[in-house]
Amino acid sequence: MRLPFFPEAASSYAHNIDNLIWLILISVGFWGGLTAATFFYFLWKYRAKEGVKALYVTGKDPRHKRWVTIPHWLIIVCDVFIIIGAIWVWHKVKQDLPEPEQTVRVIGAQWTWKFVHPGPDGLLDTDDDIRTTDELHVMVDTVTHFQLESEDVLHSFSVPAFRLKQDAIPGRRITGWFEPTRTGDYDFQCAEMCGIGHGLMAARVYVETPEEHDAWMASAPRY
Amino acid sequence: MSATAEHVEHGHHDEGFVKKVLWSTDHKVIAFQYMVTGMAMGLVGAAMAYAFRMQLAWPGSEVPGFGIITPDVYNALVTNHGTIMIFWVAMPVLIAAFGNYLIPLMCGVDDMAFPRINRLSFQIFLLSAVVLMVSLFVPGGGFGGAWTAYPPLSAQELYSLTPMGSSLWLVAVALEFVAFLLGGINFVTTAMNSRAPGMKALDVPLVVWMIVIASILFMASVGPLIAGAVMLFMDQQVGTGFFDPASGGDPILWQHLFWFFGHPEVYVVLLPAIGIAGEIIPVFSRKKLFGYKTILLTAIGTGVLSFFVWAHHQFVAGIDPRMANIFTITTVLISIPIAEMVFLYIATLFGGSIRFTTPMLWALAFVAEFLIGGVTGIFLGASGSDIYFHDTYFVVAHFHYTFFPIAIIGTYAGFTYWFPKMTGRMMSERLGKVHFWGTIIPFNLTFLPLFFLGAAGQHRRIYDYSSFPELATDPLQALRVVATVALLVMLAFQVVFFWNVFKSLRSGKRAEANPWRSNTLEWTTTQTPPGHGNWDELPTCFRGPYEYSHPDRDEDYWPQNEPA
Repeated sequence: MRLPFFPEAASSYAHNIDNLIWLILISVGFWGGLTAATFFYFLWKYRAKEGVKALYVTGKDPRHKRWVTIPHWLIIVCDVFIIIGAIWVWHKVKQDLPEPEQTVRVIGAQWTWKFVHPGPDGLLDTDDDIRTTDELHVMVDTVTHFQLESEDVLHSFSVPAFRLKQDAIPGRRITGWFEPTRTGDYDFQCAEMCGIGHGLMAARVYVETPEEHDAWMASAPRY
Repeated sequence: MSATAEHVEHGHHDEGFVKKVLWSTDHKVIAFQYMVTGMAMGLVGAAMAYAFRMQLAWPGSEVPGFGIITPDVYNALVTNHGTIMIFWVAMPVLIAAFGNYLIPLMCGVDDMAFPRINRLSFQIFLLSAVVLMVSLFVPGGGFGGAWTAYPPLSAQELYSLTPMGSSLWLVAVALEFVAFLLGGINFVTTAMNSRAPGMKALDVPLVVWMIVIASILFMASVGPLIAGAVMLFMDQQVGTGFFDPASGGDPILWQHLFWFFGHPEVYVVLLPAIGIAGEIIPVFSRKKLFGYKTILLTAIGTGVLSFFVWAHHQFVAGIDPRMANIFTITTVLISIPIAEMVFLYIATLFGGSIRFTTPMLWALAFVAEFLIGGVTGIFLGASGSDIYFHDTYFVVAHFHYTFFPIAIIGTYAGFTYWFPKMTGRMMSERLGKVHFWGTIIPFNLTFLPLFFLGAAGQHRRIYDYSSFPELATDPLQALRVVATVALLVMLAFQVVFFWNVFKSLRSGKRAEANPWRSNTLEWTTTQTPPGHGNWDELPTCFRGPYEYSHPDRDEDYWPQNEPA
């Protein structure tokens, strides 16, 4: 189910992240709601009344303490589920990279995104590479590796519809992956403060069918 | 006892105004200085928030009082807003002002252990504030590389375009650290060594313990960042390459140094606010604090754990992805002591006789709002979901739901509670409640929309979203306008607070020595407000601070200094 306000998911792992967010939302919604309800109930129930003296409760009596310790252990159980879910999703998105079917290079620079597409031969760093700025073209349902670089300061490669985010660091090439599942075009943001042009550092990801992609490759200028 | 020779010599004679303001060693005067400076800086930080929220709601239009907000000005505003609110508002007010005022009074002594170090601490702090203010007006403008100052952006003027602003910003932050190192030594030493006879470690009021633990956390975590600040300064001014990959440096190193300090810093300001709420809630529910020792242990536990969570700020920053698994475990586990503390405060309300005075409303609001801040942190601490939420407005909303309760609600709670002792006057309850509701309701309307904007994928530190079609939609813009309008309302209601202070000082009802019928020693001073030296004859302590509604007594309180 789609989370409120979230952009519609457009990558293969987006629903894993969304499900994890649901798990956390339900856990903390339940415990946070119960805690708040108890809090406000106590405020109403134990408001000062003429002639009624407060109880003397030290918190040492086990019969009182268990009202704190039992929920506490249940919260630890919830924590364990959240941790397992978080690590599982993290492993799938960031650690376990499937074999690439296409590879692109993404380069952040103050204040533009540069992309290197492999061209018809499917290989980067050959003569038919297609270089673009501020638009990335990938094929739908295709496992895509990105090689993320930066020319100057930190940037961050963020596509909300893919639930993808990875910082770019000068001097390093960071490899990550995504698999787009819906054709269309999506916002591509810089999500790390990179100077006065940070607010202008927008790009667009075009997810295309193989036919559309071939047509784009044929028409794209080489330079 | 901390009766220094200096105090004995000085006695009670009148001091000139300048001497009194800048050279006083009286802990109450220094507390007052920190409070006023912190609140003044709070107004500066609030004015900055006003300017950039106006820009976000109505991009490109002229902001009344500021003019057009250009991208470089926008960046400088958000950067310095964050820096000021944490280092020049939360820390001076919660730790330095309340610490200075309360530790000697609550421990039943005449002053801090090292009054002259205390004075030096404030002077350096004042200097740091001046340097920061100057940094906004130098050629090139104020530093705009975010309060986290990640290099290479912060390290090279070629990238930041603020050659002087970034260095002065860094110098100001480093000076502020020096001031708080000096203050921290004082707080820890005073609470450990200077207490009323009979006051055992577990008879010390919670807020004193919290300030001491916070000071220890600060002193233990700030060292690496001071080293980092020196390296960054050398990168900026000398041309070294500690954080420059082209010279063999590593920009990620700064992030580790920064967040190794930066995460404990959250608890440095959180713990005193928890302590303030922990003083107020028992008094106005006439209940013994539920599980004093457990709260203390959870605070220490939180403090220790806070040294092992820093990399949750860096999940997607390019660290080895395997590291995230360790840090997600430690981060989610911090929910355990924090949940425990909230439960214990709620348990304190059980069976109480709750009076909703202004300080109590603030203390209760602290618990309720911090609960939202706490639970939303889980989304960010869990590595898998942080991939999406990292550096979005969800983060902004989350930490404002922690820092606003800490720095603003906590401050108002403490200020309204101790105002009668600090000034000898009662504040107006009616104006106090108007101010309370006029702050709390708009606060929620300001920051709840930011959760939704973050969920929609809105990333931080962007002065205008029109370049991003998915974010430049009418519904999202409407949320931005709601947040800004609510902020304007909240800011307007702060006038009520200052009017209340002003009016109460001039014509407020005279305060009795112990208007709230509280147990702790600060309410037993010889005069109200306490004079130089606090007591003619220093008090003796006979019991813990929270003996309210004891079954053996007719009175529903039992002051710590009253013999059995």
